[in-house]
Formats: sequence, C-alpha cells, structure tokens
Amino acid sequence: MIELVSAARCVTCDKCVAVCPTNVFDRGADGVPVISRQQDCQTCFQCEANCPTDALFVAPHTHPLPAESSAHDEEHLRRTGLLGSYRRDIGWGHGRTPGAARAVGPALSPSGPPLIS
Amino acid sequence: MTLELDADVLVVGGGPAATWAAFKAAEDGASVVLADKGYCGTSGATASGGTGVWYVPPEPEAREKAMASREALGGYLADRRWMARVLDETYDRINELAEVARYPFPVGPDGEPLRNGLQGPEYMRRQRIRVRRAGVSIVDHSPVTELLTADDGAVAGAAGYQRQADRAFRVRAGAVVLATGGCAFLSKALGCNVNTGDGALFAAEVGAELSGMEFSNAYGIAPEHTSVTKTAFYNYATFYRADGSVLDGAGSQRGRSVIARTLLASEKVFCKLDRADEAAREAMRRAQPNFFLTFDRLGVDPFTQPFAVTLLAEGTVRGTGGIRIVDDGCATTVPGLYAAGDAATRELICGGFTGGGSHNAAWAMSSGSWSGRAAARFARALGPSARERRVRAAGGAGLRPTGTTSSVSAAEVVAAVQAEVLPYDKNYLRHGDVLRTALGQLDGTWSAVRSGLRAEGTDVVRARQAAAMVAHARWMYTSALARSESRGMAKRLDFPDLDPAQHFRITSGGLDEVWARPQEVTA
Repeated sequence: MIELVSAARCVTCDKCVAVCPTNVFDRGADGVPVISRQQDCQTCFQCEANCPTDALFVAPHTHPLPAESSAHDEEHLRRTGLLGSYRRDIGWGHGRTPGAARAVGPALSPSGPPLIS
Repeated sequence: MTLELDADVLVVGGGPAATWAAFKAAEDGASVVLADKGYCGTSGATASGGTGVWYVPPEPEAREKAMASREALGGYLADRRWMARVLDETYDRINELAEVARYPFPVGPDGEPLRNGLQGPEYMRRQRIRVRRAGVSIVDHSPVTELLTADDGAVAGAAGYQRQADRAFRVRAGAVVLATGGCAFLSKALGCNVNTGDGALFAAEVGAELSGMEFSNAYGIAPEHTSVTKTAFYNYATFYRADGSVLDGAGSQRGRSVIARTLLASEKVFCKLDRADEAAREAMRRAQPNFFLTFDRLGVDPFTQPFAVTLLAEGTVRGTGGIRIVDDGCATTVPGLYAAGDAATRELICGGFTGGGSHNAAWAMSSGSWSGRAAARFARALGPSARERRVRAAGGAGLRPTGTTSSVSAAEVVAAVQAEVLPYDKNYLRHGDVLRTALGQLDGTWSAVRSGLRAEGTDVVRARQAAAMVAHARWMYTSALARSESRGMAKRLDFPDLDPAQHFRITSGGLDEVWARPQEVTA
C-alpha cells in the first residue's frame, strides 16, 4: 500500500491524485497530496511510476504498515535505492530508455519466443 | 449540477478493450466519450500487470498449432472461426501498435523484433495518448452506475457519479460499449480492485444475458500479503512445506489445487524460483520489473530464499465468463449495447479456461476494435434524432431500493459476498452441496441489497459495486450448478469427469430471479 508521500520532494503536480485508479489521494491544503483512503489502495504501484520526483513509496504489503516501519523512512528508502526504483526499472523519466524496449526475458518453453512482458 | 454530455458512442471502462473500442469508433467518424471509474491509462489488470499477447504470424501451420493448443484445456467450447478472426485482428492491431503507435517492442537475440507481449504501464500510457489524439473525450474518475434506455428498450446512454468533482453525470449516446473488465471481488489481485463486475450488472438490468459464468474461479499466485499475481515465473518454482520438504504435486500450471488444499489445511506453502539458471534470472528481471518489486521491497531473493505464497481470486478477470455476445460486432442481445474485453465472455476463443494474459489481451484488442466500429455504425444508422430520444434510468439494486429503510451497508454486502466467493473450499474446489449453501446465502444477501441498500452522492459507487458483486456471484454458482461435470476450469469434486453429453455453453441472467440454461455451441 501507499505508505509515504515526501513533502520535501513533492512538486504539487497533482499527478498521483489524477492517476490513482482507486482514488486514494486528496490534494492537501498546501498542495501536497494526502493519503485519505489508504484502505482503497490496491498496491498497483501506478502512483509511484507516475511521480516525476520519486516522492511516493508503495510498500508491497496489502495491509497498512506500523508507524515505525522503514517504509516511512525516506532517508532509508533513498539510501537503499528503493525510492523511485519502479520508475527507474520501467525506464520512465527524462533521459531514460523505456524498459519495454529491452524487456527480453527467458523463453518458457524450448521452442517458444522469449517472454517480453 | 449534473454534468450532461452526449456522443455517438459511449465507452464504459478505461483498459485495453475500452481504449481500442474508443479509438476504432473515433476512427470510424463517431464522436466518442470514454468514461472510466479510475484513470484511463492506469486502471485495470493490464495497466498494472502487463500481458503476453496471442500474436501468431499468419502461417497456416503456426495458426493451426495456436488454435489446437488450448481446445482440450478449454473443454472444447471455443469456436474455430472466432479464434481465426481474433488471431487476424490481433496480428493487425499489434503491428499497428508497433508501426503507427511506435510502441517500443524489444528486439530478440537474432535481431528480429519481438511482438508477443506488452508492458502494462507503457502500453496503457500510450493507449491513453492515442485515444485523446483521436478526439475522444476521456472523463476519468467517473464511474458509470447505470444505463439509460429509450422507449423501445434500446440502450441510449449511461449515468454515473464523478468521484473527484463530486457531481452526477449523464451521457446520452447512440450506442454504448461496456468494457468494464471482469470481477475479482476486491481480492487485491494486481490492478483488479476496479474490476467489480459493474458492466455485467448494468447489462443484466436492461435484459442482456451472460455466458460461461461457471468459468469464474481463477486464482493467481502471489507472495503472502502482497498483490503481484503475475504467475509466469512460477514455472521456475519449487514449492515447499514449512519443514523444508518438497510439496508433492504442487505447481503453477498443474498443481495449483495442491497449493489451495495445503493452505486450507492451515499449512503455509513456501516457494523458491530455484529452477532458473543465472541467465534466466537476469532476463526475468528485464521482462517483468513489477514481478521483482515485491521481492526487492520485502528484502527477499526469490531464487535462493523461500517465501510464503497465497492464492488471490481473479474471478472472471482470468476466468472466461461474461456478457453474452451474439454477432461479429460484439453486440449483446439488447439493441445499442455492446460488450468487449473481460466484461464479455471469452469462451468464443478460450472455451472454459485461460491461463495467462495472452488470449485475454488478444480478445481485449479484437473485441474492443470490433465493438467500437459496430457501435459507431449503429449510432450512425440511428441518425441525429437519437439524441432526442426520451430516456429512463435502468439501475435497481443499490440505487433504488424497494424498501423504505436503509438496512445494510455496502461494506457489509462486500464482506458477505467475499465470504462466499474467496474461500478455496467454496469457489476453487467446488462441490455441489457447498455451492448450493453458498448460493442460498448469496440469494439472501441479494434480497437485503434489493430492499435496503441505499446510498447518496459518491457512496452510490460503492453500493453499485457491492450489488454487482452479489449478482456476479449468483450467476457464477447458478451456472456452476447447471453443469454436473468438470469442464475447463469449472471443476466439480462431486462430478470429476467431463461428460460428453454436456458439450454446451451455459447462458445465464436475471437479477431477482437468476436463471441458467444450456446453449448449443455455435458461432
């Protein structure tokens, strides 16, 4: 679920508010999005993929994590490379190559083509 | 203030089928509104998941092999003519994506372009851009909650509620395409929580029929307490018990029921992708970055460290049941109403089974394109007077309760449905006695919804989702009970064998009175 909105990184572009398929965010008074309906988060990572400044972090768990979880520790997430890792892996963002262009996976059967998705 | 829009074609949904429908209708000259519950471009199973595609070059031998490979798995309910036309259409649409839309397909080791799959976020981001550039009006965060019908019973638009703008909206249209996805019962399978079967409810309320609803018990493997139900790489898995011994017979393609039985016995099931060599491991990361997100963030190396797994319901998202279509343009039995993608039955090309995304993606782009073109033609034939038609709203349960008091909440209804459709010992490992008891419970829930589920404003959306899930579950179990045999994914513990005498499809429908009956297998 969505666990972190970094006010320091956020550029108040409203993109996450727009793209979340389950309408989890509201725009806060200062423009920084607020996680208003975390229980509706479906852990699809789309908000993170679409955040231009890597200000969001979605933990893989489908239940909320306790306050002391490292999912709320921005410095830890940055140091470990997890913050923004999905956007990096799919090659979204200025100067990056779309991951789709190099998505050549293994072939699941000897005669089959490589998996590309 | 209600937002009033009009269009030749209204497309309901925002995934692959919806975007192809909108694009092809617009290309055909229609004015098009696309209304999505969430955000067109991120909504649905494909955008978050990604998908293989049933992309087979037009070589007779390859096509024959592609068609033959799934016939037995699907219980011989697919149709060769439909398979052939989906293979043709999919081949054209994928090539259109590559050559016109410039989707960045990768190049294989031999220098040949590979076009047998699509990365979800990339595909759907580009679909949104294409649809907008074709002149389609996209309205996001605008869940449709009911259809509108004209005096002659034809579908003439839809109404809904814009969640972010906090206002009602209404679209008058010459024709409507339902591309709302399947129903995964809010199981949190990847990207599927927008797929609550809404389209099937809307369709049934105007008298449309469903088909193949017994094929509705797909379950995807995911690491415990997580969402990513991408299962291709479990072909490299070995499954273990808690004590480290190998779980005999467990597997991804065959043997998922062994995992279900073990979990039902309150034992954890562990997994390692320990059959992947070094080269495969590296390639897997390139092919499915989202598959590895979960593991990287859990701090687990899935190739060397065992992790607990679960099975998440994917209902009719991966199952093949849906709204029955009756012609090559994906018309339903109701004039002006078309269905595409997972919302429509996929039996025509898969029969009673699909394993992964490849047929589903092919069906979405084919049925989407056909329904969009057919809806545009239907609207054009009506002429401009179509917009002058008097319309009435067709929605019932959760919108217009028959009782006067509010006696049940949407959350209670969702919990009641989930209790009957998520458990493996009810929906996955099906037995007639258990199905009958579950259906009795669901009938009771429907009565409670019909008389006492009432909501206002944006809460109407949750009420309608809850109602759609109850309706879906009742068509599922009524259809499953109508088949006293095992065919495709509709396996019965009490009838473990295929019965050649039951080589038919099962059509279903109805709301207060649910029905199911055999339907001859024809094109």
